[in-house]
Amino acid sequence: MFPSPSGSVQQLYIGLFETGILATALAESLQRIVIGFTLAVLIGGFLGVLLGVSKIADETLGSLVIALQSVPSIVWLPIALVVFQGGAGAIYFVVILGGTWAMTLNVRMGIKNVQPILLRAAKTMGYKNTELIWKVMLPASIPSALTGARLAWAFGWRALMAAELIGRGGLGRTLMDARDFFNMDLVVAIMIIISCIGLIVEYFLFSKIEKKVLSRWGLTNSGS
Amino acid sequence: MERVMITEVEKTFPNKEKNQSFTVFKDLSLTVEPGEFVSLLGPSGCGKSTLLNIVAGLDQSTSGKVKVGDTTIKEPGSDRGVVFQEAALMPWLTVLENVMFAINKKMKKEEAKEHATKYLKLVHLSKFLHSYPHELSGGMKQRVAIARALSMDPKVLLMDEPFGALDEQTRMMLHKEVQYIWEETKKTILFVTHNIRESILLSDRIVLMGTRPGGIRKIYTVDLPRPRVPASPEFIQLEQDIMAILGGEIEKVMKEEMGDDFNSQKASLLYGTDRNMGNHI
Repeated sequence: MFPSPSGSVQQLYIGLFETGILATALAESLQRIVIGFTLAVLIGGFLGVLLGVSKIADETLGSLVIALQSVPSIVWLPIALVVFQGGAGAIYFVVILGGTWAMTLNVRMGIKNVQPILLRAAKTMGYKNTELIWKVMLPASIPSALTGARLAWAFGWRALMAAELIGRGGLGRTLMDARDFFNMDLVVAIMIIISCIGLIVEYFLFSKIEKKVLSRWGLTNSGS
Repeated sequence: MERVMITEVEKTFPNKEKNQSFTVFKDLSLTVEPGEFVSLLGPSGCGKSTLLNIVAGLDQSTSGKVKVGDTTIKEPGSDRGVVFQEAALMPWLTVLENVMFAINKKMKKEEAKEHATKYLKLVHLSKFLHSYPHELSGGMKQRVAIARALSMDPKVLLMDEPFGALDEQTRMMLHKEVQYIWEETKKTILFVTHNIRESILLSDRIVLMGTRPGGIRKIYTVDLPRPRVPASPEFIQLEQDIMAILGGEIEKVMKEEMGDDFNSQKASLLYGTDRNMGNHI
């Protein structure tokens, strides 16, 4: 019953290379998080720009977004399962909802915090309306959009695991299956995979991008 | 090179909460001749930056008209280059890209690059084309801002205390360069400053502005040969003349802000407060 380290590693090997159940589950989960995360970033980015630019949108939708953000996205799963009739759509829905609001709020803050002097300067060079958004506001808010993306990934990944425990397919479902067979070694093996994915994304993706962006935008403490 | 005509301009800031408004200046008229270097000098709060912003199109005047050449100013545009007190460079663009940012809309990429490089050379920054703004010193950033404004080939160059935040040595260097650039390009320049010496050193005419009521107090024509020497008697005489009027204006501003507490004649700290009977007796 109780998992052992060697047993877990053994299960990890078997699952990934012999039976391939872990490999398939991993591929499925990764596909879901990548698509869900991308959509969350796009939708959140768009909403964030809208809230940051338009005062009317901010005063109407703004508090709604904050309200929605405080609802853990997994809470949407029961409704989503009904609406999407238990399909994979429900899981995507929850993952996207998990990431969108964090992205929205961070992009909104980034747009609001653009130094007014940059906008004034751009105006004197003949930039107007949408050009100002594309050429000044968006690039200026990239550092906080990156923070938003990071949070969107973290929330999305958690939401995905929770949704898969209840829903179908992926690492979460495999985890539940393993529990049903009292295969605790396999449970721990899956937990190892989940944490590894987190580590890899954090160190090889976000940290690297963030370092680059912060040094280019001159936001690091070193230098000057 | 274009003439700037400011005719009877008024600027009033409405205050909705208290239902009263604040008029910065009224019926202000000024003509800057083509190729002329004019300084706006005055105490803080006299509206010199506001006036410049109105010419730039960044602020709207309450009434009156500003014309650059034959066009009436309604909004900001690339026919007027503006240099602010802060360099206002886009932090995510290199020095070269920052200058190109101003002209990208007008020309093709290659052409813009060549053009930008030319102007960066004018301000001696050829070595820093690919540096980011945060890697430059304050003076260098301001040079980039000047190059950026010039690269648009504007009819007028508007400078809003461009050297206010720099140290004395850097400022002296940039004075020489601005003068050189002005002689070279023969642009019409409107220059806001609170530094008397700076205004005498650089300008053809000095427009002295005051507060309460806001507006032009006096216009000095600086008839000294260039390059000007701050130690020459004529220079010092003019500096004293301007200081006499400006000093009174500054005192007015201070009184406005601090009330009877302010007294430029003596420091009142050593006297007992019971001796202070106010100034309005």
